[in-house]
Amino acid sequence: MNRSDPNLYDHWPYRDRPKIVWPGGKALAFWIAPNIEFYEFDPPVNPSRPGWPRPAPDVVGYSQRDWGNRVGHWRLQDLLDRHELRGSVSLSIGLIDHHPEIIEAANARGWEFFSHGIYNTRYSYGMDEAQERAVLEDSIRSVEAATGQRIRGYLAPALTHTARTLDLIAERDFWYSCDLFQDDQPQPLKTRTGRLVSMPYSLEVNDVIGYSVMGLDPWRYADILKRHFDQLLAEGRESGTVMCIPLHAYLVSQPNRIRAFESALEHIMGHRDEVWFATGSEIAAFYREHCWDQTVADIERRGLATGGYGFDDAAA
Amino acid sequence: MPLPEEHLIYPHRRRGMDQSLYDWRPATARSKGRWPGDRGLAVMIVLPVEWHMLDPSGKPFKHPGAMQTTWPDLRHYTTRDYGPRVGAYRLLRALKDAGLKATVPVNGIALDRYRPLVEAALEEGHEVAAHGWSTDAINHSGLSGDEERALVARTRDAFDAAGLKPRGWMSPARQQSFRTLSLIAEAGFDVCLDWEQDEVPVAMTTDAGVVHAVPLMNELDDRTLLIDRRQTEDAWADQVLEAAAYLKADAGVDDRRVLGFTLTSYVAGQPFRMSAVRRILAGLADGGAWSATASELANT
Repeated sequence: MNRSDPNLYDHWPYRDRPKIVWPGGKALAFWIAPNIEFYEFDPPVNPSRPGWPRPAPDVVGYSQRDWGNRVGHWRLQDLLDRHELRGSVSLSIGLIDHHPEIIEAANARGWEFFSHGIYNTRYSYGMDEAQERAVLEDSIRSVEAATGQRIRGYLAPALTHTARTLDLIAERDFWYSCDLFQDDQPQPLKTRTGRLVSMPYSLEVNDVIGYSVMGLDPWRYADILKRHFDQLLAEGRESGTVMCIPLHAYLVSQPNRIRAFESALEHIMGHRDEVWFATGSEIAAFYREHCWDQTVADIERRGLATGGYGFDDAAA
Repeated sequence: MPLPEEHLIYPHRRRGMDQSLYDWRPATARSKGRWPGDRGLAVMIVLPVEWHMLDPSGKPFKHPGAMQTTWPDLRHYTTRDYGPRVGAYRLLRALKDAGLKATVPVNGIALDRYRPLVEAALEEGHEVAAHGWSTDAINHSGLSGDEERALVARTRDAFDAAGLKPRGWMSPARQQSFRTLSLIAEAGFDVCLDWEQDEVPVAMTTDAGVVHAVPLMNELDDRTLLIDRRQTEDAWADQVLEAAAYLKADAGVDDRRVLGFTLTSYVAGQPFRMSAVRRILAGLADGGAWSATASELANT
């Protein structure tokens, strides 16, 4: 196994790429990804990373996240309703059992669900193949039973990966991975089976990074969202781009933040004639059908295809 | 037990520097001069091209931007890969629009991986320099002379194989050993972006020849300001432009200064930072600065 170079995708410079035009002639595909997560009060400790930064029970961390589900979610859902936006939910699958009201409400609005692991306090590190498969099967089965939806996307719980994660989801006919951050356009991933798309999600404009890591104030976060959108929209007129805003109600729905966030959303909604408001699987489905082959051909034509699959030794 | 006696012995305690690479020369004693076109300010924009591998040793310290979580840290791997793949092309375009040139230090190991970017930089008239072998091959005094010489040679060989003959060298993480300057001189690099002891180039002497230090400002490093220190892109842009205005005024009508700063592609090349980047570049272009590469500065 090549431990230095994951070889999950080929290098593909961001210029002179074949043009992407989103449905309706739109320049930018916009999707919004509320993370609806469950963090356990007393999780088992993964040898590679504890469930909480403090010794359990981390009551402030736990209860703030619980606030996110009992208060924050509904506030964010109202906001998205007002703007007629559908969320693509990055779901801790266990939450289906804990808080069915949230799942029902989101499903009734036509929101999409994708898997973000069972709990955000259960990490992939150290799992064997059978264990990882069990998480995926549980995810598919549980969402289907609760909503009738077949999930097509995956974001590893707490962004913890193994070398086989993407192959396993491709095998289960997932269409998109949110785990890679190398681009503002989708790209085929080099899995052994399937057509798995690397979907632009985002850390740069993710509220966890903004609020918890970079320490932004609410207005600054809103300003970043607007600037990010403006640049990607301008580029999208040349070839379609994707902008995702990943959110966490326990952060963005806080009373000191939600209105600033809405001002950014209003800015984006002001460009609706150029924006395709989509869900993760809608973007992935369009990309797989209309853009996948032209991308592969372009990478080949430029002599940049290295062959092989993720984490093998075939990369040139 | 007290410290050994050497702690109270000061063998270099006399006027001047405590090393022999270059002489002490206060700004007041600098000889004056102008840049081409009778200009007072030269701007050296540095756009490093680095590859951050998934399994760095982190020895003797982690290169800025190195992986942080349990292997495989795909989160940081892909976040860094965004730079030479997407962000750098935004920066190249902004440079072209402003009519400014950059110096582009490339890791030897990245020459092939990011070949399209190196070609694009050359096509657009930027200068390619060597940026050591890799982000996990840091020059430091824990290496033997032979080990470090081999690293430098490996880098030179990679550029030779790519048909490139760079004069410029920037060490990974701008870290050197006591031997580095001499070893790079031996390998034919006579311009170095690691030292910033003055606001004009400084000729440094090694036993293998002269190496010109061209000043690159650590205090304006985009990654440090924007990521480590959490400053806003507007505050960063204001500082670059403030430095340019100050140095231009400081140079007056009969002297000269260099402003060197980095544009790190995975940082400055983020969509939300591009309006600030464009403001910096437009400000520099409108201010009539000489857009110079590292070698051009060294030639003066």
